[in-house]
Amino acid sequence: MIDSSLTELAAALAGRRVSSVELTQEALARIAAHQDLNAFITVDEAGALEAARAADDRRAQGTGGPLVGIPLAHKDVFCTEGLATTCGSRMLANFVSPYDAHVVSRLRAAGAVCVGKTNMDEFAMGSSNENSYFGPVKNPWDRERIPGGSSGGSAVAVAAGMVPIATGTDTGGSIRQPASLCGVTGIKPTYGVVSRYGMVAYASSLDQGGAFARSAQDCALLLSAMAGFDSRDSTSLDRPPEDYTRGLDQPLAGLRIGLPKEFFADGLAADVRAALDGALAEYRRLGATLVEVSLPNARLAIPAYYVIAPAEASSNLSRFDGVRYGHRAAEYSDLQDMYSRSRAEGFGAEVKRRILIGTYVLSHGYYDAYYIQAQKLRRLIAQDFAAALNECDVIAGPVSPTTAWRIGEKSDDPVQMYLSDIYTIAVNLAGLPGLSLPAGVGAEGLPVGLQLIGNYFAEARLLNAAHQFQLATDWHQRRPPAT
Amino acid sequence: MSQTQWEVVIGLEVHAQLNTASKIFSAASTAFGAEPNRQASAVDLALPGVLPVLNRGAVERAIRFGLAIGGRVAEKSIFARKNYFYPDLPKGYQISQFERPVVEGGTLTLRVGEGEKAYEKRVRLTRAHLEEDAGKSLHEDFHGMSGIDLNRAGTPLLEIVSEPDMRSAAEAVAYAKALHGLVRWIDICDGNMQEGSFRCDANVSVRPKGEEAFGTRREIKNLNSFRFLQQAIDYEVQWQINEIEEGRTIQQATVLFDPDSGETRMMRSKEDAHDYRYFPDPDLLPLVINPDWIEVVKEDLFHQVGPLPREWHAKFESEYGLSRADAIALTPFPRIPHVFVAAAREAVQEGETVRATAKIAANWITNEYLRRWNESAEKHPTVEIPEGVSGELVGYLIRKVRQNEITARTAKDLLDEFWRNAEAIGFTAHGGTEGDIDRLIDQRGLKQVNDSGAIEAIVDEVLAANQKSVDEFRTGKEKAFNALVGQVMKASKGKANPTQVNELLRRKLGA
Repeated sequence: MIDSSLTELAAALAGRRVSSVELTQEALARIAAHQDLNAFITVDEAGALEAARAADDRRAQGTGGPLVGIPLAHKDVFCTEGLATTCGSRMLANFVSPYDAHVVSRLRAAGAVCVGKTNMDEFAMGSSNENSYFGPVKNPWDRERIPGGSSGGSAVAVAAGMVPIATGTDTGGSIRQPASLCGVTGIKPTYGVVSRYGMVAYASSLDQGGAFARSAQDCALLLSAMAGFDSRDSTSLDRPPEDYTRGLDQPLAGLRIGLPKEFFADGLAADVRAALDGALAEYRRLGATLVEVSLPNARLAIPAYYVIAPAEASSNLSRFDGVRYGHRAAEYSDLQDMYSRSRAEGFGAEVKRRILIGTYVLSHGYYDAYYIQAQKLRRLIAQDFAAALNECDVIAGPVSPTTAWRIGEKSDDPVQMYLSDIYTIAVNLAGLPGLSLPAGVGAEGLPVGLQLIGNYFAEARLLNAAHQFQLATDWHQRRPPAT
Repeated sequence: MSQTQWEVVIGLEVHAQLNTASKIFSAASTAFGAEPNRQASAVDLALPGVLPVLNRGAVERAIRFGLAIGGRVAEKSIFARKNYFYPDLPKGYQISQFERPVVEGGTLTLRVGEGEKAYEKRVRLTRAHLEEDAGKSLHEDFHGMSGIDLNRAGTPLLEIVSEPDMRSAAEAVAYAKALHGLVRWIDICDGNMQEGSFRCDANVSVRPKGEEAFGTRREIKNLNSFRFLQQAIDYEVQWQINEIEEGRTIQQATVLFDPDSGETRMMRSKEDAHDYRYFPDPDLLPLVINPDWIEVVKEDLFHQVGPLPREWHAKFESEYGLSRADAIALTPFPRIPHVFVAAAREAVQEGETVRATAKIAANWITNEYLRRWNESAEKHPTVEIPEGVSGELVGYLIRKVRQNEITARTAKDLLDEFWRNAEAIGFTAHGGTEGDIDRLIDQRGLKQVNDSGAIEAIVDEVLAANQKSVDEFRTGKEKAFNALVGQVMKASKGKANPTQVNELLRRKLGA
């Protein structure tokens, strides 16, 4: 039952053909059966069953929307009251938040049943989910391979059928890339659509919460419940609530899909290219027209991102000082020593690397050359997208240059790892919505995702384009072996 | 010792705590004196995931300040993060404003010194910016450990930075006092210095007189009383002059003032200065203040406290013919200029304008009236002192004096008596009325004696009884003359026309 779509599950719950407790037990059993994937950091069996019983009561009274009683998992970057929130870090291994993130409380209020917290790259820094204090997450399509990151745990939890929906965050591709590598659908909305309150910050101007599901339709349902204005987040956009399912059924005839020539050039693996060509052919069959567009400054996205994101991270992560909560070294000689040891022990290598980069680029005498320069690039990149979106309705391109790589393959070469996010990062710098949908498989039978990028607030349009594709194809229904 | 004349150069940075009910970026209370950490919300504690939301009231107070000093309220200002590690700084950065502050420019005109020596001094302000306060580290009572109290963390501050325009400790203190008066006038800060609501940092340097380039400055941190400000600058100036005269150079540094020893001592040198790595806070949007908002704040401010000090000063100069220094003395807080205006108008006689009475009324208000007010305020520190006596009544007394109906001495005695009456009933009403004055003059026979015969008789008596003073006067001691005037006034119970007394004495003494 748990493999059914959200719409089917909601109908079954409403028709009392299944209870939330049964669904939740099924989810917990799947999680237990696939412990080797290491998708979860915390599983909350007792809390989940209690919430499921409450959901069943609500269903009995006939109140609530489609998510009442649906099991879900939160990326462990969202604060959950009374449940550990670790961010995949030793620093917060024992941290229990006294409050719920906005997203968590909204989904709690919507009746969704949180079964646990998913594994992630430490503080959302990474593209492979190898940077977790709690060990790497494995790709269910091939357990020797990475699932992508940083929201790898959430992508795997959905791909392996542990939960039908999961939350994630995307700072430079952290939803879209693992969705692509694991064969699920993931959407990062426009910056400001989902409140960041209670979402532990990595790079504040880029971080955005979003949704994982097995289909665009399910993503639309989840996103409708997550999104909305929150006065506690000053960057939250004060717009009327949206039903992201409203445009799903619109036909695609006349849709202009822009293909950035820079995205279909050197660096894109041939098997990925072939899968994308197949998907684009399908779009043509659905009535869309393909036009070439250009994003001339997109190649500057990675250098700009690796100045801005570490700069913000170096400051955001200063609060983890061992004083009030989180890891504190057992022994130290004075205050400076306490800071040094606590942070040296609490943070992993990639986090330290980015704190160092960020501290450097903000330092006196370097700020103008790096930070200001990067902000200028950011503006140029946003202008490129604005120009391209004048010539098309939606931009399509790859998510990742390759399919999932082997665990350890890029661990010694951070720059290679950073370059894997070349197609996703520019979208965060511009603040635009982006989506990844299963579009085919590569040479080794591993999933390939197609990225759709829309104008600001065009989430419903992206979901519509993805949904119509999913009505015509079955890539999104394929299951990893032995799940 | 060399013969170099030294000039002192001082600039002040003042942190004024804004009197909002809640903190600048959280909903926690700002009330002083709660148990440690009881007024620290998740935002103030910098828990993972929390975000700041700007307090509108703090911005309105900054706008009020901008209006009060005639500065530019920025249409767009930016909050920036000032990064450094300290246990009482929970986020590891302070949210402040750096490159684009909310207020730029403006001036404050001060009255420096007392009485005849008082002069006017114009100090330019560089900027004022919004920021959050840090918490407090408590180093006592924790057996070698430190306690952290985050109640103060996130309290809104307006940091007010002056140009290095002050040339003496007296000017610096006058500036600090004027600023202190102004922030209370516009009701943005309670001014409580003991509780740290108004703290000064002084940048001090010296240079040979006539030299244009500034000397190297040292910054004295955290002076929380006007007395300490004066003492710290006095000590620091002498220390710097000694250093230079003994052939050493001043190194840029931050110093602390020790009130017990009266000395400043180095906290950190320029080499140890932090690199704060300022950058715009991505959690906060640029602060946009449109002209409409400024208009609303302006109207609210006028509605609440009436004209601003600088508006009064301009009026008192142009309409009342007062000097700027006198005008400033009439604006210690919003009530006083109203009292003055009422007094000056009431004192006017037929055919006169307020220009005729402004100076005498100003003297009465700044010397007699304010002195009594300040004494009462000191005696009853927790009571909001309203007027003990109305401005009209003061003006009526002045008119009686000017019309030679009573002497100034009698008028002051009556003012005293009325003020005491008001104090006795807790300032619930004025201590006297114009009718009381007329009645008491009658009942007590307080009418000024203008009968020259009667005065002459008293003068003769006094001269006969004070031969010693008469002799002293004849040997050139002018003081002896004043003593004789005093004796005559005393003998007349304060009622003799002082002008006539003077004239008669001079004539009789052959002076």
